[in-house]
Amino acid sequence: MSDVLVVSEHRRGELRDASYEAITAGRELADARGGDLHVAVIGGDVDRFAEDLNREGVDAIHVVDDGEEFDHNVYQAAIAALLDRTDAGTVVAPNSVNGLDYAPAVAEDRSLPLVTDAIGFEYDGGLTVTREMYGSKVETTVDVDGDRHVLTVRGGEWAPAEGVGDAAIESVDVDLLESGARVTGFEEVGGGDVDIADADVLVSVGRGIEEEENLELVEELADALGATLSASRPIVDNGWLPKNRQVGQSGKVVTPDVYIAVGISGAVQHVAGMKGSDTIIAINTDPNAPIFDIADYGIVGDLFEVVPELVDEFA
Amino acid sequence: MKVLVTVKEVAEADDDFAIEGTDIAESDLEYDLNEWDDYAVEAAVQLAEAGIADEVVTVTIGPERADETIRMALAKGADRAVRVWDDAFEGGFADVAAKVSTIEAVVEAEDPDLVLGGVQAADTGFGATGVALAERIGFEHAAVVNDLEVDADADVAHVHRELEGGVEELTDVDLPAVLTVQTGLNEPRYASLRGIRQAQRKEIDAKDLADLGLTAEDVESALAITSMYEPESESDAEIIEGGASETAGRLAEVLRDKGVGA
Ligand SMILES: Cc1cc2nc3c(=O)[nH]c(=O)nc-3n(C[C@H](O)[C@H](O)[C@H](O)COP(=O)(O)OP(=O)(O)OC[C@H]3O[C@@H](n4cnc5c(N)ncnc54)[C@H](O)[C@@H]3O)c2cc1C
Ligand SMILES: Nc1ncnc2c1ncn2[C@@H]1O[C@H](COP(=O)(O)O)[C@@H](O)[C@H]1O
Repeated sequence: MSDVLVVSEHRRGELRDASYEAITAGRELADARGGDLHVAVIGGDVDRFAEDLNREGVDAIHVVDDGEEFDHNVYQAAIAALLDRTDAGTVVAPNSVNGLDYAPAVAEDRSLPLVTDAIGFEYDGGLTVTREMYGSKVETTVDVDGDRHVLTVRGGEWAPAEGVGDAAIESVDVDLLESGARVTGFEEVGGGDVDIADADVLVSVGRGIEEEENLELVEELADALGATLSASRPIVDNGWLPKNRQVGQSGKVVTPDVYIAVGISGAVQHVAGMKGSDTIIAINTDPNAPIFDIADYGIVGDLFEVVPELVDEFA
Repeated sequence: MKVLVTVKEVAEADDDFAIEGTDIAESDLEYDLNEWDDYAVEAAVQLAEAGIADEVVTVTIGPERADETIRMALAKGADRAVRVWDDAFEGGFADVAAKVSTIEAVVEAEDPDLVLGGVQAADTGFGATGVALAERIGFEHAAVVNDLEVDADADVAHVHRELEGGVEELTDVDLPAVLTVQTGLNEPRYASLRGIRQAQRKEIDAKDLADLGLTAEDVESALAITSMYEPESESDAEIIEGGASETAGRLAEVLRDKGVGA
């Protein structure tokens, strides 16, 4: 019961970083509980993945050789089988798009408490999870009943596991029921006129701009600075800018010299795409906007007042 | 075909807010329809307009205050609404399983072919209710759907699931199913004046747990929020103070220093 089962993640032949981060989180919890760390490798090039995941602190790797790509039906069945076979009380999964496609079902199937998007936790006879609320404006601690749980962990909060472990690797057969959801392929989106990932300077606009007509204002700023225009998701969802301009988890990851966030709150999925920028500048009316936590320079002010002045400075 | 849409009224904190106990002070919160659910409602209404859905019903777990938000969904074209509230929910933090137990009872009564919900609730951000619900009620599911085509004759939904990094997964999901809807799936309409007038006459069926054949025990939460605080900022950001022209002037200096726009 004190053991922890980490579920790794891969896509199109590559393990994803979230896997190594989840191992670190899982090891932390297993240490606190005095248990072993198990890692599940489900589908894909399982032998190669198992070797790569055999990092320091991993006690056992369970390989389920079913299918090439993610299939929640296989994941759910495999995790259920591993919970039966091992002594694992807690499942730790990445809080990724695929993680959220199976972890809630696993919790439900096993009647286990579920806490998603953890940014930290403590275990002291019981599990207390730290997570954010209200668009990252506050943090909360959440006490979880019982000794068994399902936990998904936010990307970038735990360091990737390193070193080489001496885990036993074993293969597990899982009985699969026929699935009513079938993956038929993948599609790359993006392309288009510019690659914002190439830009040295990005002026990035968010929902604070309010209306499509107002985009002109940030376009002028981008022109004056010789910068490229990018955006947060709502601007793209509204169809005001094409998808290839979107910065973030489901858009592009950018690392320009200078990133100017105009009217962007700094949601975690946005920050995932730009936190590697050298210098981050934020203009936002809300002093509590989380974007200021990662900014190097901040102006707490109205973009409709500040941006025109800034354009004038460079006119 | 009947579509059930899970709709949450979410709270957003004002720029200035105070924390009272384990939540933000009521007076510092603004309520609105969850952004993701707005897209789910639109998807359902479009299915009705296309003649694929015969009825669109919304379900909300929330206090009476939520009626205002629910009316917005009705004004956009949902046919009727169910709202569940009970003393048992008061004061605590309903976990995913508690919500699922409640919505399950509504599913039993409504017998939908398709359930649409949001990817996540903007305030609590669990991102879990739809997938957990699917498991409970024995429906198929797909999470983070940003493209949807329903083939009612074949009883299958062709969806795209939006993965990280600009990659979409193409999946066929047999109905009945629960899909969690990502923003950008469609263009949510604004409620028309006519819609708003019509919404006044549409039914919001308020139910408590007993009406659904449930008891407080069925919605007991395994989670308790024990503290809430403003995160300590790890940033050493230089906050540029002053009026617009002053701050713009200082920022221009910073930018020129970095060789931008020079
Ligand atoms: C699975 C998933 C994937 C996602 N992927 C992405 C992604 O790739 N990229 C992305 O960006 N988001 C993504 N999101 C959405 C993300 O959660 C946020 O909803 C989004 O980033 C918010 O965009 P925003 O900051 O522009 O808007 P908001 O959060 O609404 O912020 C607007 C900001 O503008 C400020 N403001 C308002 N008026 C003014 C003014 N006059 N002057 C100055 N400031 C003003 C406000 O104070 C506020 O901080 C994803 C979400 C999910 C669930
Ligand atoms: N109280 C609620 N009432 C109705 N639907 C809800 C409620 N909470 C969550 N949901 C639905 O579940 C989705 C995901 O929410 P969550 O799992 O809480 O992030 C939301 O977008 C809603 O569609």
